[in-house]
Amino acid sequence: MNNGAEAIERSLKSPVSGKVAVAAYLTAGFPTKEGFLTAARQIAPSVDVLEVGVPFSDPMADGPTIQRTSEIGLKNGVDLRWILESVGELDLNVPVVLMSYLNPLLSFGLRRLLDIAADKGISGFIIPDIPLEESEAISRACDKAGLALIQLVTPTTPTDRMTSLCRASKGFVYAVATTGITGGESASDEPLFEYLEAVKKVSDVPVLAGFGIRSAAQVDRVGAHADGVIVGSALLEAIEQGVAPDQFISGLTGRNA
Amino acid sequence: MTIDDLIGPVQASSHLGDYFEEPIDGWFGEFGGQFVPELLIEPLKRIEKVARECFSDPTFASELETELHTWAGRPTALTHAERLGKRWGADVWLKREDLTHTGAHKINNVAGQIKIAQRIGARHIIAETGAGQHGVATAAACARAGLPCTVYMGEVDVERQQPNVHRMKLFGADVVAVSSGDRTLRSAINETLRHWASDPVNTYYLLGSAVGPHPYPWIVRTIQSVIGRETKSQLAERSVAADVVVACVGGGSNAIGMFHQFVPDKNIRLVGVEAGGLGLDTDQHAVTIGTGRPGVLHGSLSMLLQTDAGQIRETHSISAGLDYPGVGPEHSMLSQTGRASYMSVTDAEALSALKECCELEGILPALESAHALAGAREIAREQPGQTIVVCLSGRGDKDLSTLMSGGTDRE
Ligand SMILES: Cc1ncc(COP(=O)(O)O)c(C=O)c1O
Repeated sequence: MNNGAEAIERSLKSPVSGKVAVAAYLTAGFPTKEGFLTAARQIAPSVDVLEVGVPFSDPMADGPTIQRTSEIGLKNGVDLRWILESVGELDLNVPVVLMSYLNPLLSFGLRRLLDIAADKGISGFIIPDIPLEESEAISRACDKAGLALIQLVTPTTPTDRMTSLCRASKGFVYAVATTGITGGESASDEPLFEYLEAVKKVSDVPVLAGFGIRSAAQVDRVGAHADGVIVGSALLEAIEQGVAPDQFISGLTGRNA
Repeated sequence: MTIDDLIGPVQASSHLGDYFEEPIDGWFGEFGGQFVPELLIEPLKRIEKVARECFSDPTFASELETELHTWAGRPTALTHAERLGKRWGADVWLKREDLTHTGAHKINNVAGQIKIAQRIGARHIIAETGAGQHGVATAAACARAGLPCTVYMGEVDVERQQPNVHRMKLFGADVVAVSSGDRTLRSAINETLRHWASDPVNTYYLLGSAVGPHPYPWIVRTIQSVIGRETKSQLAERSVAADVVVACVGGGSNAIGMFHQFVPDKNIRLVGVEAGGLGLDTDQHAVTIGTGRPGVLHGSLSMLLQTDAGQIRETHSISAGLDYPGVGPEHSMLSQTGRASYMSVTDAEALSALKECCELEGILPALESAHALAGAREIAREQPGQTIVVCLSGRGDKDLSTLMSGGTDRE
């Protein structure tokens, strides 16, 4: 039994918005340690999964926004230990997933990390630079610790590989909505919808579309073809501009509209 | 001519020695792998497939050999550096990669990979560069192939390697100064990977060193091993028995190209020289194998300069080409198995070796290559009378501004 995976699935299946599930990404330590924790607290009631980004010095899959927030997080002295401690203490009423490049996790020690993460109430991990081929051992270890290892699929992933990825994915499948990096533009509607439908067809767990999700209209359209959306760069940019994060999320899901 | 003569075998082969396995699955012992976002998996698989086809195709081999001969200026000379040797108390031979077209060993790799890119049907070539030598070589090959070319280069390196920036532009390349991260080679690679992820179908990432995700370390080494192959036959022609083979190590392409053929010759010592910067007692250096620990950067698991928390550390070297916190996975393996050893020399030691080479041999080496020379001098000092072959990976014209300002930069 995988408690983390179950908690995530359960949460995604009854979205707060009543329509489309939302996973929100915050970079730990941005804009400050305290500011990040406040944002996490504020946002928790209006999202279905909270993704906490572990800042890394060389975020190769990320665009300018997350590069910038990661740099700030690092300058503010955030590391994995701090994240585990403080996110654990928040005791949020929403599944928390850590999104991290592999090296900080390796450095911490994977076995120790999984034990502590489970203990602190973390539900799972997204590790963008660990491909399916290298993920078997860590996937098994996650399972054992009751943590979901979430896999990513992309518009250029061939069908049989997509099937294997979806099968391996726990909690949800992260459907990258663009060929590109975070913060860029999502693919145009028709091909994107077709692709999302294809992922849903082979996935037993919810399919969430992320990368380039920015507007309420987009959430509406994409939400019709996926179980939910993931919003990151746009949320961080809103925070940079002084918009309250929960306000931004409710704007996206049209609850205030 | 068979492919074995030119490129070496693709499949594991016993004459390489049994520990020296081909990275069929992308691993060199415990190092290597393909740690990249899912978006890049398919493009990497395609490159691996086409590279395998190329490496087992005699036409590819003969076309590449013709290109290396008639365009890149191979074979390069093996020069007996008698006065340098006398000064150091050794018999010193220099493999003259500085004599190649565009001035460094980087051209070998580019001449081979551009053919792979053409077979894949790439419409746009992208590359990173540190010292600018790989960028210049790529820009030149793209001009010749009629392919558009974008080169990413850290702002710090744009500043200290100006002549190469101008050369790239003359060849029609679009040079993008990278202002993120540490603004050197490492950030340039990040930015090139990001570009690639945004257009993985039409672009080909022509990676310039034996680093990155599989299949790059294997492709780059396979093509660069022309250096060691030529050296070996040139030594044999002149009945010289080498005791030590020395090369500088940034990402490790000139070194692995030189070492590869000598790996089975267990009586020959292989020594890689890393950039000691301001010294090992400071954190201003790029001594990855000597002081790092295993980690994942730019798609492979290898030795890495990193903090306790697993963040990549900033490096310093007077030479842009060695100013990199990672190293090719095959070097990590050679170090771990003990088949090769790795040392470091400081900026100052490299500069003084560079001056000696100028004054005694009339050869201006690149600052990168000067590290190999300084390493050789150290090896000669420890044990006089040895025959030492040094890979002079490139020429120092690009470094004139650094040299004329007294050899300091980035201060
Ligand atoms: C002349 C020269 N030598 C060495 C290097 C280091 O690269 P590598 O270690 O891949 O040979 C460079 C890189 O730019 C270079 O220009």
